Amino acid sequence: MLIITCPHCGPRPELEFRYGGEAHIARPADPSTLTDEEWGAFLYQRANPRGLHAERWRHVAGCGRFFNALRDTQSDFFAATYPAGTPRPDTDASGVKESGR
Amino acid sequence: MQKFSGLALLKRALGGHQGWQPQWRSPEPKAAYDVVIIGAGGHGLATAYYLATVHGITNVAVLEKGWLGGGNTGRNTTIVRSNYLFDESAGLYDHAVKLWEGLSQELNYNVMFSQRGVLMLAHNIHDVQSFKRHVHANRLNGVDNEWLTAEECKDFCPPLNIDAATMRYPVLGGALQRRGGTARHDAVAWGYARGADARGVDIIQNCAVTGIRRGPDGAVTGVETTKGFIGAKKIGVVAAGNTSVVMQMAGLRMPLESYPLQALVSEPIKPIFPCVVMSNTIHAYISQSDKGELVIGAGTDAYTSYSQRGGLHITTHTLDAICELFPMFRRMRMLRNWGGIVDVTPDRSPIIAKTAAPGLYVNCGWGTGGFKATPGSGHVFAHTIATDAPHPINAPFTIERFRDGFLIDEAAAAAVAH
Amino acid sequence: MSGGFRLAAGGRIDRSRPLRFTFDGRSFRGFAGDTLASALIAEGVHLVGRSFKYHRPRGIVSAGADEPNALVGVGADEAHYTPNLRATQVELHDGLVAESQNRWPSLSFDVGAVNDLAAPLLPAGFYYKTFMWPQRAWTSFYEPKIRAAAGLGRAPGAADADRYTQHFAHCEVLVIGSGPAGLAAALAAAETGVRVILCDEQPEFGGSLLAEREAVIDGLPAADWAAAAVAELETRDNVTLLTRTTAFGYFPHNLIGLAERVTDHLGVRDPRLPRERLWQVRAAEVVIAAGAIERPIVFPENDRPGVMLADAARTYSNRYAAKPGERAVVFTAGDAGYRAALDLAAAGVTIAAIADLRPAATGALPARARAAGIDVRTATTVTGTRGRLRVSQAHLAAIKPDGSVGAAEAVPCDLVLMAGGATPSVHLFSQSRGKLGWNEALKAYVPESSVERERSAGACRGVYELGAVLADGYDKGSAAAKAAGATTAAASRSFAAKALDAGSDGFIGAAPHGRNPAFAKAFVDWQNDVTAKDIKLATREGFRSIEHIKRYTTTGMATDQGKTSNMNALGIVSDALKTPVTAIGLTTFRMPYTPTTFGIFAGHSRGALFDPVRTTPIHGWAAEQGAAFEDVSLWKRAHYFPHAGEDMHAAVARECLAVRRSVGIFDASTLGKIEVVGPDAAEFMNRMYTNAWAKLGVGRLRYGVMLREDGFVTDDGVVGRLAEDRFHVTTTTGGAPRVLQMMEDYLQTEWPDLDVWLTSTTEQWAVIAVQGPNARKVLEPLVEGIDLSPAALPHMSAATGTICGVPTRLFRVSFTGELGFEVNVPADLGRVVWEAIFAAGAPYGITPYGTETMHVLRAEKGYIIVGQETDGTATPDDVGLGWAVGKAKKDFVGKRSLARASMSAPGRKQLVGLLTQDPQVVLEEGAQIVADPAAPVPMPMVGHVTSSYASAVVGRSIALAMVKGGRARIGETLYVPMPGGTIPVTVTEPVFYDPKGERLDG
Repeated sequence: MLIITCPHCGPRPELEFRYGGEAHIARPADPSTLTDEEWGAFLYQRANPRGLHAERWRHVAGCGRFFNALRDTQSDFFAATYPAGTPRPDTDASGVKESGR
Repeated sequence: MQKFSGLALLKRALGGHQGWQPQWRSPEPKAAYDVVIIGAGGHGLATAYYLATVHGITNVAVLEKGWLGGGNTGRNTTIVRSNYLFDESAGLYDHAVKLWEGLSQELNYNVMFSQRGVLMLAHNIHDVQSFKRHVHANRLNGVDNEWLTAEECKDFCPPLNIDAATMRYPVLGGALQRRGGTARHDAVAWGYARGADARGVDIIQNCAVTGIRRGPDGAVTGVETTKGFIGAKKIGVVAAGNTSVVMQMAGLRMPLESYPLQALVSEPIKPIFPCVVMSNTIHAYISQSDKGELVIGAGTDAYTSYSQRGGLHITTHTLDAICELFPMFRRMRMLRNWGGIVDVTPDRSPIIAKTAAPGLYVNCGWGTGGFKATPGSGHVFAHTIATDAPHPINAPFTIERFRDGFLIDEAAAAAVAH
Repeated sequence: MSGGFRLAAGGRIDRSRPLRFTFDGRSFRGFAGDTLASALIAEGVHLVGRSFKYHRPRGIVSAGADEPNALVGVGADEAHYTPNLRATQVELHDGLVAESQNRWPSLSFDVGAVNDLAAPLLPAGFYYKTFMWPQRAWTSFYEPKIRAAAGLGRAPGAADADRYTQHFAHCEVLVIGSGPAGLAAALAAAETGVRVILCDEQPEFGGSLLAEREAVIDGLPAADWAAAAVAELETRDNVTLLTRTTAFGYFPHNLIGLAERVTDHLGVRDPRLPRERLWQVRAAEVVIAAGAIERPIVFPENDRPGVMLADAARTYSNRYAAKPGERAVVFTAGDAGYRAALDLAAAGVTIAAIADLRPAATGALPARARAAGIDVRTATTVTGTRGRLRVSQAHLAAIKPDGSVGAAEAVPCDLVLMAGGATPSVHLFSQSRGKLGWNEALKAYVPESSVERERSAGACRGVYELGAVLADGYDKGSAAAKAAGATTAAASRSFAAKALDAGSDGFIGAAPHGRNPAFAKAFVDWQNDVTAKDIKLATREGFRSIEHIKRYTTTGMATDQGKTSNMNALGIVSDALKTPVTAIGLTTFRMPYTPTTFGIFAGHSRGALFDPVRTTPIHGWAAEQGAAFEDVSLWKRAHYFPHAGEDMHAAVARECLAVRRSVGIFDASTLGKIEVVGPDAAEFMNRMYTNAWAKLGVGRLRYGVMLREDGFVTDDGVVGRLAEDRFHVTTTTGGAPRVLQMMEDYLQTEWPDLDVWLTSTTEQWAVIAVQGPNARKVLEPLVEGIDLSPAALPHMSAATGTICGVPTRLFRVSFTGELGFEVNVPADLGRVVWEAIFAAGAPYGITPYGTETMHVLRAEKGYIIVGQETDGTATPDDVGLGWAVGKAKKDFVGKRSLARASMSAPGRKQLVGLLTQDPQVVLEEGAQIVADPAAPVPMPMVGHVTSSYASAVVGRSIALAMVKGGRARIGETLYVPMPGGTIPVTVTEPVFYDPKGERLDG
């Protein structure tokens, strides 16, 4: 069970959160202008990286808010969490080390 | 290939078993191959085996970053069944079951395919409706699957608790596929490896792929590896949880997410559990191995990960369910718990297909249920690579279905895990 | 035998508390403080089990968690029976009942031992090479035979009678292990004032200190020092002390799983206590002080009862005052064997000889042994043993300078001690994903770099000398507290330790024996019967990765998970492949450290507590009326209300007719409810639902359909507009959390500019549906401030006011096709209002109905249920809801997906009705539909039955179905092939009753 730092509430156990998939995939402003190819990519294609992953979480059993996180998918350590709507921090994997040890 | 048999065993026993040869070689890679398979799990090795045996393509390398069979092949709960709802899925998985039925003889390797029956429990009226839909569809597709009352479930699996008064979610019945069962996972990988190796396939372990080279026309030309560049006319990616990472090397994004999936075994006990029981509603899968261990599958964690481990709360939830269904196992003890990485598609059905890059083929997205399909998957994927066209069985399992909306959504249709 | 091996004095047993126990039905005696193993040894019993594969007689090898052989079943009755317990860890209590395992008919005469004769035919992996013909025989013949021979203990024969409980705990420093390193670490951390938890798997703190005969710390005998340290820790209220508590798992972000055994050691149990307790400890810092495990030596016939680890023999003698034999041969690779020899000699055991693998033995301990007159033979190996149920001889032979082995000399003995060196217990460190490094001097893997916030101390990182261990522990405890934020520093304590240092010499691999290696049985993994030749066979067969070798031979896969065997297996592979150990790899250390009871993971999660039960405010009333309930997600819903003598069908027919003819009352409280409020509420609704909302008037209701972004129907429900900026949204019972999550997702992350608030109100409102031609008459006298007349409150409109004096949102809505109302009242007054309505309805024969009748009534009208007619693959048009899609809307969730060609392709399944040609035949839900009943298998299927009922009001069976191109097939005959015969059906419109909707107005 991970410890996740909600940007609004602080560190809390994973059970209070719901995972929300990859972050920074904005819904197109006008989907009707997209080709099937582009729409299919928006719906389904995911980075799924081995390494730092920008992802969404919702503090569903806390403040209820969605926020974003950078997590190393090899170690499951977080490099950063940040409010929804803010850009991905310029953190590399070395940031991840800090949160573990 | 040295033939395996009781007689061979007897003969070599006299010589203190000194006379056994390696089951496969440990070759260095050649400069180039007709086909390079990335990933020496069951599916990749089966693909190589059928390329050699069915299509006569033997200039093949199977590259493995670790040890063969060391990924999900060696980490799963070994359940084999084919009672899927949709025609496409039933066709694919039943193709596999038919191959399972003769696999030990085909490979001359005892994969211990044991048709003990797979019983899927229904706990509410929605489950009952859904399972009956499966039973009827399977019957008309020629796939065995039958409805059992709760009492019949208990007769089939005596340790099962069906006393509704003691259960939060009573057992209302179950769907039983008698041809389903389990197999010995390692033996599947080893049997295919031995068979492929004997026909000239090079299995190269400890060889990680670091890049996929494409020519000016976009077609693949080979792979960069930790053992140097290896040329390839065709490349088949069978990298399970790591497929997104490998495909990214060719510049392709996939409709995949990789999740941790855990399993565990108990200490071994004398035979007590005669079949496989799955309960998707309360998240438990259980069988007993030939060694006597209770083999128990858990659900996936909520988040994507390559860490090959999951949270304690996931294991805990699974054992809640096991103890609820089988109160006599509450004093049994967990011996070993482990995690794998499962690659999941949006519709929970696999992709076995050509890709946008000429010469690059992919077999992935098996989610939590790939082991059962191993022979069938390798068989049709070999066909796809050899002929540059899908076998009719895997023709619906394209990547493009996610663009076009022709999903094969077993999970949505049934709320049943694979 | 009657305690002939109990030493007259010494040990930590309580001689004032004698205990009786039985093993395989025979009665024995021991003392409080004994383990089952020590008590058996004191009684002269070494034969305790049979091995997994060859059924060879086996004795007690160790004194702890690493025991591979002495596995027993314990329990006086089936509801308290536990298989596979290690006798070395089972605390003795009065009346303990234990039995040996894996033998028939008896431990001393086991028919299964025939396998040992057949052993040449059963090398590693033999089962992969045979049993393949005939094909069917595997499942029917071979496999059952193999299964019967395999397995160790047996499952309990009855449901577990015990309880388990769970704790969560937080601390700054968790110290795992209470040997010298752990105690010193705990002392240091405790001094700083931070919260400390110290746990140890044993019943008593002290670890190896409890088995020391000569060691002195700060002037006290080692065990006394440990007791003093524990006493000091007990005085501090920032310290939690947990004995009988195994740290079994190291999980991400410093979550440690502890299993505490609470009652198993008690002869008479306090029923208020759980059997075991799961602790999930979140520690800021962890100090692992797990110690080290002695390695056995791999030599031929090293598995006879009486062959044991030297340190274990020392423990039995020093700690338990149980003499493990009369005459011992010690086989050692370091000074540890000498220490054991001296301790045993002091206990009166004759040391026949010490065989030392090393060419020379020069330390203080060998010198003392020689001085004591012990026959010390360096450059000597053991080439085999003799004895049937107990070792009777060891064969000693010199290792010549060229490495060859000389002639063997038989040395009579009843005890052979193995001292192969120490293996640091890096299990938890490794579980934490820390990186191990090979230490060539120690011939061991030790922690190299950490991932989690932990540190290892003492023997588990290769520090063995007592003084150094204490210093290391204190240092790590102090550093851990500091890292966890302690503001006070630990005092700078030092410990004056005086102990015989056994050094760190050791051996891995198989000892030389000069015999034909193809036939000598030198065991590596006792429990799984894996020998050195099995491992060499695996390497010959091309298995090179240690993971492959483990899986092929099963070495390290037994219930001890290779604690004693893994390093020797590695050494043998290294030797066979002529490859350094570090190039072979290491198998992964997996949770749990020792086997852990399923029950503690489940805890109280069983029966009614397995999942939360959600009930409505009217649940109690329904229960009192004798309703049958069904599970719908977490809810209990009244399924039907049978009268005496009625089955479900009769009850449902009666309930249905009552609604159609007069009036029925239904508890719809489980429907999900979400309040959508704010200036942009209508715009938000527009984007979330397929329907158009802008023009919906205040006080009006509309049926809404919600899609996923992929275009498939995910939920539906009636939505009321209560004000310009306020919507009362209802969802399906099971879908409420999903819908709210989806709404929040879009609102927060895609459209944060919209000024809208979402609130779940599912449990704020009780919802009482009153349906039927007399519904208005029932309600009219009860309401105030609401005009129920058709003109004032037409179908699909809402009003607020009071009912029975209770504020209500009253909806004119129908899921039955009859005149209907849904009365929303605050949940805590739900039952009061329900009962008032029920009383007011008495003159009309108001009838409570359940979900089954609700399903029939709506099916008669062709209303779908999301999740029954839809299955996650249906578009609105597929299920006849095309009218609910706002064509003029530019966008809504799922709209773009509906534009894909596949979503309007011909041949999609569409909602239709089915009428069986025989009106009495009720189709089975889930049954498949074909066009050509004569087609061969696999038959092309054109659809399936989604809902099917006997309709009382229509007077026949009805069914809804999803059929490919169904709307174009209306009037056609299709077929439902069932095992009992094919049922012809006619395709119809999916409305069976009142197609014009005239009854909505009563």
